Order: sequence, then C-alpha cells, then structure tokens
Amino acid sequence: MKSFRLVGFTSLVLAALVLGACAQPAPTAAPTAIPPEPSSEEPAAATAVPMEEVTLKIGFTASQTGSLNVESTRQNNGLSLWMEQVNSAGGIQVGENTMVTFESVFYDDESNKDRVQELYTRLATEDNVDFMISPYSSGLADASAVIAEQYGKIMITTGAASDATYQKGYTLVYQAYTPASRYLTGAVDNLASLDPAVKKIAFVHENDKFSTDVVTAAKVYAEGLGYEVVLFEGYDTGTTDFGPFINNITAAAPEAIMGGGHFQDGTTFARQLSEKGVSAKYIALLVAPPEPTFSELGDAALGIVGPSQWEPLAEYTAESADAAGLEYYGISGSDFTDAYTAAYGEEPSYHAAGGYAAGLILQWALDTADSTDVEALKAALDSMDVLTFFGHSKFDTSPENHGLQIGHSMVYIQWQTAADGLAKQVIWPPEGATAEALYPVR
Amino acid sequence: MLETILASSVDGLLLGFVYGLAAMGLALIWGVMNVINLAHGPIIALGMFGVYYAFTGLGLHPYLALPIVALLGLAFGVVIYGVAVHRVLNAPHLSTLLATFAVNMIIIGIATAAFTTTPRNVDFSLGSVSVGRVTLLWSRVAAALATVVVTGLLYLFLYRTRPGKHIRAVTDNRAAAELMGIASYRTLALSFGLGTMLAAVAGGLIATLFPVNILSGGGYELKSFVISVLGGLGNPLGALIGGLILGMLEGIIPVFMPPTWVPVLEFGLFVVILLVRPTGLLGSRR
Repeated sequence: MKSFRLVGFTSLVLAALVLGACAQPAPTAAPTAIPPEPSSEEPAAATAVPMEEVTLKIGFTASQTGSLNVESTRQNNGLSLWMEQVNSAGGIQVGENTMVTFESVFYDDESNKDRVQELYTRLATEDNVDFMISPYSSGLADASAVIAEQYGKIMITTGAASDATYQKGYTLVYQAYTPASRYLTGAVDNLASLDPAVKKIAFVHENDKFSTDVVTAAKVYAEGLGYEVVLFEGYDTGTTDFGPFINNITAAAPEAIMGGGHFQDGTTFARQLSEKGVSAKYIALLVAPPEPTFSELGDAALGIVGPSQWEPLAEYTAESADAAGLEYYGISGSDFTDAYTAAYGEEPSYHAAGGYAAGLILQWALDTADSTDVEALKAALDSMDVLTFFGHSKFDTSPENHGLQIGHSMVYIQWQTAADGLAKQVIWPPEGATAEALYPVR
Repeated sequence: MLETILASSVDGLLLGFVYGLAAMGLALIWGVMNVINLAHGPIIALGMFGVYYAFTGLGLHPYLALPIVALLGLAFGVVIYGVAVHRVLNAPHLSTLLATFAVNMIIIGIATAAFTTTPRNVDFSLGSVSVGRVTLLWSRVAAALATVVVTGLLYLFLYRTRPGKHIRAVTDNRAAAELMGIASYRTLALSFGLGTMLAAVAGGLIATLFPVNILSGGGYELKSFVISVLGGLGNPLGALIGGLILGMLEGIIPVFMPPTWVPVLEFGLFVVILLVRPTGLLGSRR
C-alpha cells in the first residue's frame, strides 16, 4: 500500500509540476489519498476493473456569524483544505475498486446551540450525510454529538475540548483535541518549574462549558500542588468591560493569573490587564493567545502564555513517530503550514490544524478499515494509535469515557519580543521548547 | 475593600457617561416623536466601525474621526426617517416598532455580510495613571469628557438655535408648531438624525475602549432602554444621569456579588422604576 502511495504521490507531483505551468497553484496533495496503479506484473486487461467513484457527504455546521466566528472560520478552512487535497488527489481507495471522494454539507449555526441541534438533525435526516464533524466550541459540539449518536453517524469532534461530552455513553463520537481537563495543567507545571516560590493563583474565566471545565480541573490540579487559589470568578460570555474583575484581581494580589475563555473576551481581557497595569509574574489565557492576530494587541500581548493544541513550530515527524513506536500518517506539519498559508493567506492557528486533523482522522479510519461501514470504522477508530502532524491520536475505549482523546497533549506558547515586533515561542513542555520563558511578565 | 469600591466606582462612572450618551439618542427620538428606535443598537455598532475604519484605513486619530462619524450618523438617521419612519409616524406604536426593527435587521444583515462578526480592535491607548489602587484609564476619561462636550453642544443647539427651537416646539405640540409655519417633516427628520448621531458617537467612543463587532451594539441598546426609563423617557439630561447611575451599579455590584448578578439587578431596577416611578427619576418631558 505504501509503495503504491509513493508511486502515486510521485506521479501526482510530476503531474502537478506540468500542470502548474498553465494553471493556478493547487494545494499540496495528501500523500495517503492516492489511487494505486495496477501492478506491472499482472496483465492490465485482466485486472482492470473500473473504479467505482463514491462521493460521501461530510456534514457539519460552522459559526459564520456570532461570537465564535473567528475560530470556527479557521477550523472550517482547515477541514476544507483537507477535503480539497483528498479530492484533488483522486480520493481514498476503499476496498478493491471503490474510490471515495468527499463533499461537504454545512450551515451557519450562528454560534447558537439551539440552531446546532436543529441543523444537525437536518444534516442527518434530510441531507443524509455519511459522517459528521462537530462545530467549533465545546458547548456547540456537545449539542451536536447527541444527534450524531442518535442517527448512528461517526462524528469527529474538533475545536471541542470539554471532557463531559464523552462521559455520556456515546459510542460514535471521537475527540481530536486534548481534553479540557489537561488544558491548563501544563501551565501550572510550567509556573512551578519557573518559580517554585510562587504560591498564589487567580482564576478568572468565561462562564461557558469549556472554560469552566478547564479552570475547574486546573484549580484542582494547582491546589494538589500546594497553590493557594486567591480568586475563582466567572464572567458572562460577551463581557467587554473587565474593570470590575481586574479590580477584584488587584485586591486579591495573585502572583499568577490564569483563565480567559475564547478569542474575543481573551483579547479584551489581556488588553485591559495591560491598560490597568496589573502586575502578575505569569499570565496564561485560553484560546486567544495562540491566534496569530493576538499580537495586534502589541505590548498587551507581550509575555502572555497560551495553551495550544498545535503550533507550526511543533515538530511531529515520521522520525519522532518511529522513536515513539507509532505509525506516522498524512502530510508533514510544514507541508500543512505551506498549503494553508498559500490557500488562505495567513499562518494556520491550531483551530485550522484541528479542522484538518479531523478530516485526517476520518481518512485514516477509512484507510485502515478499508470500508465505509460504520461498525468497521468504529473498530478502526477504537484501535487508533497514530502520530500525525497534529500530534498523537488515541481514544479512550472504556464505556465511561468512550471517544475521549488520551494521546494528544498541549504545547504552551508565549508572545516574546522579536526583531519585527512580537513572535510566538513554545516554552512548554521542555522537549518542545523553542525559547526560554519570559518571566516574570510584569 | 474601600479602595476596591472606589476603583470600581470610578471605572463604572466613567463608562456611565458613554452609556448615557448612547441612551440620550434613544431618549431624544422618543421625546420628540414617540418612536422607540429598535435600530439603535446597530447604529451604535456602525459608529464603532466608523471609528475603526477611520483609524485603521485612513490613519485618523479616533477622536478626530468622531466628527465625521457624527455627520454620517446624522445623515443616516435622516435617511432612515424618510424611508422607514415618517410614513408610519401617526400609526399605532406597533408600526413604528416594526419599521425600526426592520431597519435593525437590514443593517445587521448587510453589515454582517460586509464586516463579518469578527471582533475589531482599535489599537490605541492613551495610557493610565495610578493613585493607590485606583487606575484611571485616560481613554475612559477622554470618553467621559467627549460625552460632556457633546451633551453641552446638544443643549446649545436645542436652546440657542432656530432648528433646535423648532425641535422643542414640535416636541411640545406638533400641530401648533405646524400652524406657526414650522416644517414638521424636516424638524422630525433632523431630530431622528440627531438621535442616531448621538448613538453613532457613543459607538465611536466605545470603540476606543473595547474590541467591537457588528453585534456589539445590542448590549448597549438594552442598557439604553434601562437608562432611559431610569432617567425619564424623552429627557436627554435624565438619560445622561441614568447612564451614570447604571455605570456606577455595574462597577460596584461585582465587588459584592458574582458579576452574573449585574443584569439581574439592572433589569430588576428597570421593572421597579416602571412600577414605582414610571416617569423616571427626572420625569418624562412629555
């Protein structure tokens, strides 16, 4: 299979080079999505069973409007890039003579949970999609997962880190992201390694499912390590004035601040922390810091740490897979970054990578199961233990947490001064670090 | 604790000026023509985008962009009045509510397509000064001062100019004003334009404080209703005072209880004022 892919890939590259002279550049083809050529040892006429082309529908909603628009658009871009690459490479061969290509069916969920359930039901009953990808955010993904399970559709959730979705007995829902319970625990470890003398942490978080899950788990973890949580407060989604919280933070005098929520509130919070001159040695916020546009905050972004599901700097390669005793699957991180940048004119954030990874997980399952049957795909996903450019993927198969991601882990970035403004650096875990942490921040 | 209360009160009070300015627009329109402008929120948001694009696209200082935003807001209001409001002005209240709600939906629809709902940030700061635990953001002080200036100019206009006096005459008795030769159509259109101008300027000032998107005006529209009822519907000065009270409450409540209680108490106050003193604290102008 691998040699077929290699031959196919080489032919495709050659074809692309020839076509490239007279056509617009196309995204890089996924090396695993190549139709095998007939073996030269067998008479072509005897074995040339015509390939049957099957187009499978992937259904999802995207938040084209509403508060989750930024992250969701990038996730959707990543998924679209994957689909374009697979389709332009001819599809995925399943069985002896079936080539599977994909088409997407999606609607705008307006960042609204009620719309999600309505639209996923429509995707299942009227559009008859074959697979589902979750919308962005834990709350929306949780609302969609129940529909996928009810209608017997395999769903890959991405952009959704909450643990609770996988504790509801679902059997067909698989998580691409590191779960919320491990989102900020690395930041606590990072802080402990930077300054063992620091003992006081304030948690200020958005009052939504994902952020609450993250900080609740991080609080328990921090207290277990002997930290004193001097403030634990939530704010409503859509909050723009953080003045009251910042005054409470100042009164509590923490040495480290952790929390946040999503992009919009995270950027506002970071900006107002800086404007108000809050002094904290370490600040880690969810979701917003890894976004490339976070640096538009200028000085307010300097030193802010953010957990990221993936970074272009992260090095997951075939060699690191060999070293870890894992199979490496799909394109390399640099190929993904180049293709995404060429297609969308910006560096991919982890949301974009997550969108692509969801497609890649589905592709691996089809490739491995060699079938489009739901039970065969489920068995393949249950056995998945693979490294991709996005990191390690392995799912919990226990009835209590079925589908929960247990292989993937976070990296922690920090905005630091660079020659041309600010640049992201990976500061944790130590084996992936690209720079020393800037500490204390303020 | 006292320092925290003081810091939060100052923050809230300064923000309250901007709330008051936004509410003045709503109150003025109601006061003159008994129309509740449900397109108030999106017009605030358009004011935000006006300052954002003047700053990022034209490189204009945000405060220098405000007069441009004000003029555009005025012109836009006159157009809305002519197209959607004038024909239903004498119809039951439901008709004007529906007309302005339709304008609201049209603006949101077009602006969402044009700008998306991506948050925009006017990357601008005037710095801050700290006295003890109170940190004063100069951008909030500037917004409060701008509100005072705009309010002063509005009152000068209403009391010292001929069109302003026409507006007051039409407010008091439209039929009598028409008999005296005042063109009520033009006066009403100007009043609506002034109301939207105030909303747009308030939006422009908010953009200097917080990241904004096209849906951001909705929250300020709701606050404007509470403030207008608190200060006295139809009374622009009452709206400003109502804004200051609401800003203070928003600052102080989170010191004592979780901030999720802020809207509960705000709207609780709204209901109480309607029940106990429906004319508002300063009394309605009508």
